[in-house]
Amino acid sequence: MSLMDRIKDCLGTDLIEISEFRGDVCVEIPKNRVIEAMTSLKEKGGFDFLSDVFGVDNIDLYAAKAKKAKKKKKGEEEEEEPKKQGPPPPRFEVIYLLLSLKTNERLQVRVRVPEDSMDVPSVTGIWKAATWPEREAFDMYGFKFKGHPNLRRLLMWDEFKDHPLRKDYPLEGKGEERHLNYDTV
Amino acid sequence: MNFQAIQGEGWLLCKAEQLINWGRSRSPWPFPYGTACCGIELMCALASGYDMARFGAERVAFTPRQCDVLIEAGTITKKMVPVLKRIYDQMAEPKWVIAVGACACTGGVFRTYSTQQGIGSIIPVDIYIPGCPPRPEGILYALLKLIDKIEADHPLYKKRQQVVEALEAGK
Amino acid sequence: MAKEIETVCVTTGPAEVGDYVALNIGPIHPAMHGTLRVITRTDGETIISAEPEIGYLHRGVEKLGENLTYRQFLPLTDRLNYCSAICNNVAYELAVEKALGIEVPEKAQLLRIIMMELARIADHQVLVGILGVDLGALTPFFYLIIQREEIYEIFEWHHGARLTNSMGTIGGVEAELPDRFHEKWPKMRDSIRKANDETDRLLTHNRIWMDRTIGVNAFCADDALNWGFTGPMLRACGVKRDLRKDEPYLMYDKFDFEVPTGKHGDVFDRYMIRMLEMEESIKIIDQAYAMYQDMPDDAPLMKKVPKIIKPPEGQIYHAIESPNGELGFFIKSDGTDKPYRIKIRPPCYMVYQAFGELVQGEMISDLIACLSSINVIAGELDR
Repeated sequence: MSLMDRIKDCLGTDLIEISEFRGDVCVEIPKNRVIEAMTSLKEKGGFDFLSDVFGVDNIDLYAAKAKKAKKKKKGEEEEEEPKKQGPPPPRFEVIYLLLSLKTNERLQVRVRVPEDSMDVPSVTGIWKAATWPEREAFDMYGFKFKGHPNLRRLLMWDEFKDHPLRKDYPLEGKGEERHLNYDTV
Repeated sequence: MNFQAIQGEGWLLCKAEQLINWGRSRSPWPFPYGTACCGIELMCALASGYDMARFGAERVAFTPRQCDVLIEAGTITKKMVPVLKRIYDQMAEPKWVIAVGACACTGGVFRTYSTQQGIGSIIPVDIYIPGCPPRPEGILYALLKLIDKIEADHPLYKKRQQVVEALEAGK
Repeated sequence: MAKEIETVCVTTGPAEVGDYVALNIGPIHPAMHGTLRVITRTDGETIISAEPEIGYLHRGVEKLGENLTYRQFLPLTDRLNYCSAICNNVAYELAVEKALGIEVPEKAQLLRIIMMELARIADHQVLVGILGVDLGALTPFFYLIIQREEIYEIFEWHHGARLTNSMGTIGGVEAELPDRFHEKWPKMRDSIRKANDETDRLLTHNRIWMDRTIGVNAFCADDALNWGFTGPMLRACGVKRDLRKDEPYLMYDKFDFEVPTGKHGDVFDRYMIRMLEMEESIKIIDQAYAMYQDMPDDAPLMKKVPKIIKPPEGQIYHAIESPNGELGFFIKSDGTDKPYRIKIRPPCYMVYQAFGELVQGEMISDLIACLSSINVIAGELDR
């Protein structure tokens, strides 16, 4: 049984999409079923090791795609106006990198997170390895991991307001400085 | 420096400033503030092979209160800025600072939201060493340059100027 | 008293204080390599809880990567784990090559292996030396650092840099082994072995060393896997896992080498594994060098890669066995010349997050031993 079939078997109805690129399999699961899907992947699928958890901000990707599509349409049929198609796709995604220690197979699990509801179930109950990566994802993107024991900023200092890895945050920052009054640090 | 020694009687004739500078320049105890890659090269410069102790940096002081030269090797992030300022303020006068590497000088390649663009805006720096990271020879050369700078200093004159200024301000 | 210290030093630490003394170690402290900070609550000398605070070297490498082209990002990978920069370079190159779907010529693969294993030796030598310094044995550090200078010399001959190497490029390696390497290597192999042997004689059966390391911070394999340990830290717990064997990349499946494992996961096992791995690395270099010499002189070193690299849209993850463990690069490409998202999976990050659990119930002096044996490199920890 191939890896794809096994994952399909293991996830059942929780599977939204499965794709493969250069041998890396990526599955998408719904946000509210993270705990159940991960547990079944760990126990039934044999993916017993969590490599990493991190976020991705897709806003620029969607913008570039929309621009491309618009250009194409203009070239082909100028008369037809671009229609609005439903709600925009969720802006963020959380990616979990899983690994099976027995078969040495790797799996990417993707959860799409819309901007207006940033809470994601925390997987720290399944793997303790998610503790810091989830804190970092909160720090960098602002995901609120529900059930995380200690969700604080990890890399930036506490008074920092923004989430720097979001695409709309400038590379050189917004001029934040840490106060030099070290008595309180 | 030039001592004029009169033999036989055990007299030593020189300027007080020269004597002070001689003492200071021959024992610049470093505080190795290594944060990143340059810290590894600083380690090489301090260890066997390059051996910075040859130039008087014999005792690596790990407490800021017992050191003369703060060797800041590596990137300073904005989160680290208050710590660096605090360490510098804890050092006793006279004190000097060497900034090792591009990150400490200007921020280097890391022109980002979290990196301090050079430590010159936080603490006064005496010697800047370029390089990413500079070789241990570069660090040794900087120390020699610092020794030259210390020898050309006028500690007593400066002290007197300070007193005069304070008195004038008091009037 | 305890409360005062807590308010001064701890702005982010655990709130409750109780009858324990809060002790803040770092971020600038001789035993905290680089910029690490640990906030502990102690009862006498015993640690009740310890919480590491990181981010003092967060330079925004991942954000910078999104704004640079694929080739421009390569020098930044040096600055992640600066003790073994070549492993970072090769890990990134392999990740981009995977995204492009190419494989480099065999001669370049051998060159990469030789240089990576030399970097592994250098990294382990620093670790063993510093572990000795932190536990009060200064001499091995001086023996090993002289040896490391010779490895740096080879790096300098080959690609012109001592520490931040930026070796190779996407698609291959620029230069062949320098001629001087052929004379140097047999001598150097002996001198590395000699230095290791001296260190071994000074430390391994030393009574003080054994008392300070055996049984300190013992960790069991299940916990280690749950916390995401990889590399020597995991192997010290008795799990035989090495990406060079388990998920072979480059030509590692053609070499004959052992994967040393420990039993108890204590500081002594971690130290021993590093010492044994250096010997295995020498074996790998010998085999790779023999294969390299059998190659024809005009064998290609580079695969033809377009000047502007544009991997097709998609996301890949590729991991290698760096001296500290699994070092992975996740690259999401949107089809342009800049990566859409780069995520680095540093090996010591996963280990260091379990630090509180590792040192709980130990003495403060053992905390220092534990920290040194993990080999936390602030550059790759904070990125």
